[in-house]
Amino acid sequence: MADQRAFPQGLVDEDPAAPTVADLYGELDADRTTEVMTVNIGPHHPATHGVLRLVVDLEGEVVRDLKPVIGYVHTGIEKSCEDKSYWKVIPFVERMDYVSYFFQMEAYCGAVERLIGLEIPPRAKYLRTIFLELNRIHSHLVWLGTTALDLGAISMLWYCFRERDRILDLFEMATGQRMHTRYFQVGGVIEDIPLGFEEKCRQFVHDMPIRVGQYEALLDRNEVFLQRTKGVGIVSHERLLDLGVTGPLLRAAGDPWDLRKAFDYLAYPEMDFKIPVGTVGDNYDRYRVRVAEMVESTKIIGQALEALPGGPFIADNRKYVLPPRSELSTSMESLIHHFKLVTEGFRVDPGEIYYAIEGPRGELGCFVLADGSAKPARVHFRDPSFVNLQSFRDMAKDSYVADMICSLGMLDPILGGVDR
Amino acid sequence: MPDGPGLELLRGEIDVDAPGAVLATSYDKERATLIVDPARIVEILTWLRDKPGQGYRFLSSLHVADYLPAEPRFGVHYELLNRERVERLRVKAMLPAEGPEIDSVTPLFPTANFQEREAFDFFGVVFHGHPELTRILLPEDYVGWPQRRDFPVGGEPVTFTYSEERYG
Repeated sequence: MADQRAFPQGLVDEDPAAPTVADLYGELDADRTTEVMTVNIGPHHPATHGVLRLVVDLEGEVVRDLKPVIGYVHTGIEKSCEDKSYWKVIPFVERMDYVSYFFQMEAYCGAVERLIGLEIPPRAKYLRTIFLELNRIHSHLVWLGTTALDLGAISMLWYCFRERDRILDLFEMATGQRMHTRYFQVGGVIEDIPLGFEEKCRQFVHDMPIRVGQYEALLDRNEVFLQRTKGVGIVSHERLLDLGVTGPLLRAAGDPWDLRKAFDYLAYPEMDFKIPVGTVGDNYDRYRVRVAEMVESTKIIGQALEALPGGPFIADNRKYVLPPRSELSTSMESLIHHFKLVTEGFRVDPGEIYYAIEGPRGELGCFVLADGSAKPARVHFRDPSFVNLQSFRDMAKDSYVADMICSLGMLDPILGGVDR
Repeated sequence: MPDGPGLELLRGEIDVDAPGAVLATSYDKERATLIVDPARIVEILTWLRDKPGQGYRFLSSLHVADYLPAEPRFGVHYELLNRERVERLRVKAMLPAEGPEIDSVTPLFPTANFQEREAFDFFGVVFHGHPELTRILLPEDYVGWPQRRDFPVGGEPVTFTYSEERYG
């Protein structure tokens, strides 16, 4: 709590006579003799957004210190990946951050493609861009629904999950799966989009900004929501950078850093979109940035659908990419390639790569070390939730427990990604 | 990314201020890597961060890779990012198989805190000067360094054995 007000500052109708914390509870300084109580929250608690345990030092209702304890859903995915051939790793990495599975796939497939120097066809680039942005909206919808739920806005959950369901329908239509689709392959995507997908997707692109407007109408001027979020959880820009925080949290502090603009990957250089930034970096800004990002993502999807190039959807390099099914009965060569790929998999020359993309939570990096065999020697994910979680102490320190829950929601950690 | 010649220029500049700290450079797949003396890692990273004209102020990722059977065996990777020039630079410090240890860069880059703990947790690399070097993802009483290449997959004893005992 930067200022010692009982209610957050910066509201439109700010009352100068509002009671301060000192008025209500007495002075809250470090050498106050009130008993400090250590309380355990989680690991199984709905407001921790996963299996996160928080050890919190409380002075009355004020958080004096806290420590996140993680590792409860650690499943050794990175280790398991070392025992799988390159193409079998894809479904594994999808299950790390289970809300942004397309991003995990892109980080991994992109890293392997750069290791072997495989260029993917333009149509695959555009299709990947479309699915990534759909996934970004999906991820932000899950975030908005659950975080608003934490703050008591229960109806938001139903509205957000309604739109999320439409995105999952689109995923199902193109890939056959609603979650963990295994759609991206090394070299492109596994299948072309079916007939009718573009139309359904365009309808979604048309509807989504209207829905976002409705969410804003529900929350933007909601007095309770404003009081809970404005001026809460501020961390300075320098501190965020020191802690390696990226993504919407950094942009909410006014830093327009977005890897989609900074680096050249997929079809993003050809897209026209803006990077929403906040001003003070409080929880309200974090909310605004993510909501604005959803609208920008729909713009990207719309443009990518308009400009979707024809041609192949996967590269034509038979050393790495499965031959089309139709060729198997006519071409001996294809049959051999198919057999080699599904039994041993492809080999990758020794080398190492770090490839980072802009995930919904920040910089999602994938490090792949190849030792010349058909299995990666190391797959490591720089998960944005894992790194961003370090800033949680700064956000929640010296605030109320209720504000800590709000800050945790706005931090948006996915514990599957944190623990891997 | 600094290109090949740019990387050599960078090495030359470091050699002026810290002679002998850079052991080798590599430029592969459009990624530049400095392989440095592990004893001087803090010196190099401070130079890259604070030297005017450099400004690699953002540590994107810190991770460890096991290069078994090579010796030195462990590579600690520092993925640095220069946000002004939009350049990435990898700094790599190679550590021996026996007793891998290196100075912590957490005082320099607070973001390394969790990542160094993770590296310690999975590889047993000791980071000197880390404020709290304990296991982060595995249980505190876990024995072994499971991400090492000589640790087998499935090398973990099974905790819940009811079905096995009952049905064989």
